[in-house]
Amino acid sequence: MANAATDTLAHAATHGHAHGHDVPGGLAGHDDHHDHKGPWTRIFTTTNHKDIGSMYLWFAFFMFFVGGGMALAIRAELFQPGLQIVHPEMFNSLTTVHALIMIFGAVMPAFVGFANWLVPMQIGAADMAFPRMNNWSFWIMIPAAVLLFGSFFVPGGAAASGWTLYPPLVTQSGIGTDMTILAIHLLGASSIMGSINIITTILNLRAPGMTLMRMPLFCWTWLITAYLLIATMPVLAGAVTMLLTDRHFGTSFFNAAGGGDPTMFMHIFWFFGHPEVYILILPAFGIVSQIIPAFARKPLFGYASMVYATASIAILSFIVWGHHMFTVGMPAAGQLFFMFATMLIAVPTGVKIFNWISTMWRGSLTFETPMLFCIGFLCMFTLGGFSGLVLSIVAVDITLHNTYYVVAHFHYVLFPGAIWGLTAGVYFWLPKFTGKMYNEKLGKLHFWISAIAFNVTFFPQHFLGLAGMPRRIPDYALQYTEWNQISTIGAFLLGFSQLIFLYNIVTTIRSGEKAKDKQWEGADSLEWTHLPSPVPYHTFETAPVLK
Amino acid sequence: MQKTNKTLWQLLRSTGGALLLVLAAIPAWASYDVNIPPPATPISTQIYGLHMHILWICVVIFVIVFGAMFYSIFKFRKSKGAVADVNFHESTLIEIIWTFIPFVILIAIAVPATKTVLDMKDTSNPDMTIKVTGFQWGWRYDYSADEVGFYSNLATPWNQIGQPGEPATEKKGDEYLLEVDNPLVVPVGKRVRLLVTSNDVIHGWYVPQLGINQYGIPGFIKDVWFTADKAGTFKGQCSQICGKLHGYMPITVIVKTEADYAKWLEEAKGKWSTKVAVAAAAAAPEEDVSKKYSMAELKTMGEKVYAANCIACHQPTGKGMPPAFPPLAGSKVVLASADQQINVVLNGRPGTAMQSFARLSNTDIASVITFTKNSFGNSTGTLVQPADVKAARK
Repeated sequence: MANAATDTLAHAATHGHAHGHDVPGGLAGHDDHHDHKGPWTRIFTTTNHKDIGSMYLWFAFFMFFVGGGMALAIRAELFQPGLQIVHPEMFNSLTTVHALIMIFGAVMPAFVGFANWLVPMQIGAADMAFPRMNNWSFWIMIPAAVLLFGSFFVPGGAAASGWTLYPPLVTQSGIGTDMTILAIHLLGASSIMGSINIITTILNLRAPGMTLMRMPLFCWTWLITAYLLIATMPVLAGAVTMLLTDRHFGTSFFNAAGGGDPTMFMHIFWFFGHPEVYILILPAFGIVSQIIPAFARKPLFGYASMVYATASIAILSFIVWGHHMFTVGMPAAGQLFFMFATMLIAVPTGVKIFNWISTMWRGSLTFETPMLFCIGFLCMFTLGGFSGLVLSIVAVDITLHNTYYVVAHFHYVLFPGAIWGLTAGVYFWLPKFTGKMYNEKLGKLHFWISAIAFNVTFFPQHFLGLAGMPRRIPDYALQYTEWNQISTIGAFLLGFSQLIFLYNIVTTIRSGEKAKDKQWEGADSLEWTHLPSPVPYHTFETAPVLK
Repeated sequence: MQKTNKTLWQLLRSTGGALLLVLAAIPAWASYDVNIPPPATPISTQIYGLHMHILWICVVIFVIVFGAMFYSIFKFRKSKGAVADVNFHESTLIEIIWTFIPFVILIAIAVPATKTVLDMKDTSNPDMTIKVTGFQWGWRYDYSADEVGFYSNLATPWNQIGQPGEPATEKKGDEYLLEVDNPLVVPVGKRVRLLVTSNDVIHGWYVPQLGINQYGIPGFIKDVWFTADKAGTFKGQCSQICGKLHGYMPITVIVKTEADYAKWLEEAKGKWSTKVAVAAAAAAPEEDVSKKYSMAELKTMGEKVYAANCIACHQPTGKGMPPAFPPLAGSKVVLASADQQINVVLNGRPGTAMQSFARLSNTDIASVITFTKNSFGNSTGTLVQPADVKAARK
């Protein structure tokens, strides 16, 4: 339908730009030589969606290890009561920057990396709609990362107010907080540009016959996620800008003494923050929705209802922010509204879980690494959903708010949710991206150690929270010692087991066995059915025709 | 494949074994609490009940969902010859059913949950009202009707806590980090309303057994209530990150019988009256502002005041933890005239963690300033007397 426009847009965008030599470290191979730029020029000037996708993924992987290192420092301090490893101020900075890095530096860029690689291939487009902006939205993240790391070395240290940056605490800190605010602005701009690119690509560059309701679910979840990003990132930008002017230019948006209100920051922040939670999980839903059918060897159960459920979750995400604020003392009517709205989210989320299980039902299942991670996702995410339901109840939340129960809850949805979704995606598409097959034995080992270590780390944190241990404390009463020690042991196992993942990826790229064009018997999206492994540097320069 | 499984199994077994060993090494006296502590008020009893109610509903759903999942995992394996039924990918009826059933379950949860919210938020007709003010890093309790007010700070000594590179020198007590100098005291069976606020940043007044977790927000007052069913001691901590010593501002509430409470209140009126006339005299009952102390006396008294109020930030060495917590050793302000330092201690430094210590007695402030001016390598020889501090108060 949009064919003519599609071709011009995509071709105009990709032709005449840099396509250089292979770059070490897994950038896409290429099959044509328009020009001969060196690897560094290619890295900086590339507009190819596969190059940019790889750059996003490596950046995210690096940040994942940095953020993980911070988490291990936190867990090491919490191995026993008393202060042993870091000062309280540093501890607060570690919890703050760990969260910011994992959210904005690891999970979101990794999803954008997958979107870059997969969206054009899955809809039969030659590239993203705005290739130069694509390059720019990646490179803008580098100064942001430098600012975040650099803030540890300036007077006053890195931001130490928790990633939620609540005033007035955040106005007490030094220049590190200003650097964090600037970093958030840059990362937000990057996300907005990435989202505009993805929406435009999906709406305009689909191959003839690729109707919206035939798109793979990964494209659908990303389309919806991109709208969430465009709607909420400017809100965050506004909130942190108000912080900046409160800090330096004498305004009093959040200062009661000047007529402002600290609670208003929380409302604005969580109006962004709650949709953000779904930004961190919806693309993972998409990945899982592609992998489970592939290993069940039958189509996704209830495709249409999956699309509607994703959209419902996205819409609901805008009216539940108040559940992060039950303890600020909002009126009963407010608490009840946010409680009911939050409980409602269980319905579309339940639909998704039931659909995934029904996809496995009467299938012909095999359990390669991507499938294992998806089943792990399904089990652990369901548990995280249960604790979410518990927390949605105002009165119960009162006793659990800001305790380790909340820490356990969101790690149950984010680690096995976002991170395992991504991990499953890496194992699933690595053969397609690189043309080489990963080591299945190591992949399975990675899964089983992660699964055990994850639960050893985070399950006891439910108990700590129920017993009343607050979060973001560097030291604790003696009664919390045992579960904290078990949690720390699990955390180190979990952290170091990710090195297996790194090793597996690197050896696959260097010396993996040749992968088949259709490595997975049950995979049915265009990149598997229409393209060889590894995928050529340029794909679908002429759009495929779908019946 | 067989071999792969075997190696994998061996590895799993050895990691699991190592883990079990570690678990076994944890002493038998260890506490492994797995649930909300015993409730002590009608509201926290409701909270406890609600949590168990939802937990059991979740357990039932868990069994059904995981049952279906693991049934498929074991039954529909390709290795067991399962053939995919590719036509089983849509069923409007099933989809309607599994959208509808969760709704019904949610209603079963929402009804009792709503009732508790309405009870919690009903702060009418209190028997007494106490104002709770958070500050960095402690609490102040004001019994406005009785004109009593006092501060409540961490009572655990810093040498039980230690710091990086300098392990704790004292064994940690049973009440480590949960003990305070002056607990909040209330009578049993009375409807107590708390007005929660803050002096500086947001704090969270959190005592799980009383069913209360309320942010104190600077510039705003929020109210909550509780009625303790039985006498006893209830512990809590600040729940909202509030800076460096967020982990070091515990809460202790002692619920006394009415007679014991009345006795306590009389004592409190003697010590902590906020009546203007009484307060001036009672601020430090034995304080004689006109008294002149010697250097040795001031330094001895000052060292104690320092240990109780200053040591956490400025450190035992007086070297602080720059840049957030500047050193006193060699500090310009400390080495300068007495007036400047008195001004900082009395009024704090806005926008930094240095709060006002005007609540301390004139003698305490005079002695601690003298102590800092003549310790940590500072040797100004300057003596600050209580009268100097009194003169600087506005």
